[in-house]
Amino acid sequence: MMPSMEFLVATGIGWTTACGIWLMLRGRSFPVVLGLTVLGYAVNVFIFAMGRLWSNAPPIVGMGPQIADPLPQALVLTAIVIGFATTGFVIELALRSHHASATDHVDGDPADRESAS
Amino acid sequence: MGLIDQLPVLPVLLPAATAVVLLLIGDHGGGEHNLRRQTLSGRVAIGSALLGLILAIQLVLQAADGNLMVYRMGEWPAPFGIVLVVDRLSAMMLLLTSLVALPVLLYASGGWAGHGRYFYALFQFQLMGLNGAFVTGDLFNLFVFFEVLLIASYVLMLHGQGRERLRVGVHYVVLNLSASALFLIGLALLYALTGTLNMADLALRVPLVTGPDAIVLQVAALMLLVVFGFKAALAPLSVWVPATYAAASAPVAALFAIMTKVGVYAILRVHGVIFGADAGASAMLVEPLLLPLAVLTSAIGVLGMLAAQTLPRLVAWLTVTSVGTILLAIGLFGAPAWSAALYYLAHSTLTVAGLFLLVELVAAQRGAVGARIEPASPVAQPALLGLMLLLAAASSVGLPPLPGFIGKLMLLQASSGHAHAALVWSTVLLAGFLSLLGLARAGSTLFWHVRSDMPSGASGASAPLVVATGFLLATSVAMSVFAGPLQRYTGAAADQLHDRASYAEAVLGEQGGLKARTTRPYTGRSGTTP
Repeated sequence: MMPSMEFLVATGIGWTTACGIWLMLRGRSFPVVLGLTVLGYAVNVFIFAMGRLWSNAPPIVGMGPQIADPLPQALVLTAIVIGFATTGFVIELALRSHHASATDHVDGDPADRESAS
Repeated sequence: MGLIDQLPVLPVLLPAATAVVLLLIGDHGGGEHNLRRQTLSGRVAIGSALLGLILAIQLVLQAADGNLMVYRMGEWPAPFGIVLVVDRLSAMMLLLTSLVALPVLLYASGGWAGHGRYFYALFQFQLMGLNGAFVTGDLFNLFVFFEVLLIASYVLMLHGQGRERLRVGVHYVVLNLSASALFLIGLALLYALTGTLNMADLALRVPLVTGPDAIVLQVAALMLLVVFGFKAALAPLSVWVPATYAAASAPVAALFAIMTKVGVYAILRVHGVIFGADAGASAMLVEPLLLPLAVLTSAIGVLGMLAAQTLPRLVAWLTVTSVGTILLAIGLFGAPAWSAALYYLAHSTLTVAGLFLLVELVAAQRGAVGARIEPASPVAQPALLGLMLLLAAASSVGLPPLPGFIGKLMLLQASSGHAHAALVWSTVLLAGFLSLLGLARAGSTLFWHVRSDMPSGASGASAPLVVATGFLLATSVAMSVFAGPLQRYTGAAADQLHDRASYAEAVLGEQGGLKARTTRPYTGRSGTTP
């Protein structure tokens, strides 16, 4: 039996979220930024899926008997743009912090460098 | 449409346009040739803030008559288009933002603005986000304006640079981005179950959600409580506040005093009104949570004040304590308690903002000891700064006849008859007493335990800095003088929040949106679109 599309999307979002959270809990700025990005992807797909999953249904009135909900698609565009901007900013910030404290540990303390994972 | 109809959108457009002008003027950081640009930028920014203040006063005057000003972007009918709504609460928050912004800008123009680039432009973007969050009538736009104010705040927080700011800045940004992700998940769930994110429409549709769907809806609402609680410094999500506020430069910390209130405002709108008494299966969702968490917030706040080693940390913990008191009042539900919450909110924002500026003035005159709370050489202006600190401290702990006392009295009166009245009374009174201890300890160390063996050579603060700080504290004290009209206003604002029918009628009614029922969950049939 083929698993349903809903099941696949839901587990996909769940797995991506879990990866994002795990990465965010690391002690180094690079995995943290990566984790934020991955979490952002999961959230974006989640918003998209909240309009329910449709196949062969365009989000335009009058194109067929069924229409997909266009609003989550508009919301997700906004969320993607904002996520893109903040990711750019946080990368630059992590680099600055690295230069200022000579470590990429999120607490910026060289003494923690050995103990951090 | 006349200019008067465009009024609700102007508090958003004015700072946005000013910010663009300031970007065009440019700012190359330090250097002699940049001084003229800086001066010009400062004048433009202060002029714009003054205009914003006039605008906010005009909006308050209009809202005071009970008008609900609804502005539909591009004439799209609600709930489909973007809608801005200014009621008494929104107008009051706009005025409060302007009252904080103007003196803080004046203060920043006295030196801080030159410690980095584009301070004025970012300040205006932050104002745009704050004003937008207060006027929007739609939860997704609330998210967008949150992001606008946060992105500006990320850079403002780092203003002046330095290792400590960068270290705390990384934490601040990462925490806020995680909160934003949670915000989006909550919003998506709300939309999935109700098919709308318009606040007026949500208030109508949330009661219709029942059964298992209602549980998912409540999960979404509680996720939003985590997000707003994080912004508002609700315990246990308040631990980031002192580090961040203490690391930020003084004018930025003063402006951030209003940022915690955005979280409080959002809790009031979403959990107070939409998930309030009339929300059917989800009614009074956060009532069992908000009161204990607010008590915890107050407790952590005063303990932090007692343990604080530096002045900015002391004030930052005072911010947390005051948020605890405000949320306590919101958690009591009912118009009198909310009226007290709004009065206390306005007072504590002004006082805390003034204190952030004041402690920097004090620290600057204490030589190498700076902001640490330990004996040092006497400050150059002991009478002036000491009296200002005394006034602010007495008001925040709630000594009569200052506004802090009136706010707490309103809260205690509103709590009488409530099941947890004893808890509320003991929290408010104990928190007040312990804040008094913390502030008295700091004040006596600063002004009385002076060491004359240390070199004093510090000069007095320049006039604009003192005027800016004094203005904030004077506005706060003026709340006591005009307590009668202000109380009537906050009382009317609280009543207006409870009047969900008029709100829905004003936002949706004209366009027949009240009857525009789409079937939810969305089925995809063309026939179901309104």
